[in-house]
Amino acid sequence: MKDKMTIILFSGEMDKAIAAFTLATTAAASGMEVAIFFTFWGLNILKKSKFSITKSQNMLQKMFNFMSTSSLPITKLNMFGLGPWMMKKLMKKSKMASLEELMSLAKELKVKYIACTTSCGVLGLAQENLIDEVDEFAGASTYLNEAKDSKINLFI
Amino acid sequence: MPIVKTKLELGKMKSGEVLEITADDPGFAKDLPAWCEMTGEKFLGIKKEGNLIKGYVEKK
Repeated sequence: MKDKMTIILFSGEMDKAIAAFTLATTAAASGMEVAIFFTFWGLNILKKSKFSITKSQNMLQKMFNFMSTSSLPITKLNMFGLGPWMMKKLMKKSKMASLEELMSLAKELKVKYIACTTSCGVLGLAQENLIDEVDEFAGASTYLNEAKDSKINLFI
Repeated sequence: MPIVKTKLELGKMKSGEVLEITADDPGFAKDLPAWCEMTGEKFLGIKKEGNLIKGYVEKK
């Protein structure tokens, strides 16, 4: 049986997502089976469009989706969006892969994406608001079932 | 990233063929043998050329 790695991606910042996807792709390239469970702010990484505001959302859900968008901030020196722009430039200069590139590699290496339905419910996000690469929509039990026989488990 | 690229390149190769990888990340010199140990690919060695590191792997 293959070794397994599971990651809970709770944060919605670009730098943390890059760390998670670097580990996920490296593990998958080392022959491990990798699953990422996206919950709370981590769901922003999977949003199809910048704002995911829909008619079915209530006022508070609309506000949340307006304020936390798919254009991800960074954890330090965000400077109202200037930080992420600088970070992207710097990474390109040092020939590091961008989050977009890492995410397409992750799919090539068959990393499994699980979107937390409980968080989706709270934030008023529907299946069609998230990218098609999501493999499963499920809750805590599905994650625990994946994690219980996984050797590496990270909360990011 | 050089590790992921190594994996993808080896996937296109036949058993017994040798891959040369050039990287500019100093950690690669430790990462490549560690990765080979995990995957069972044959690690042949590392060569340093200025700021660059060349690694050699034989596909299992």
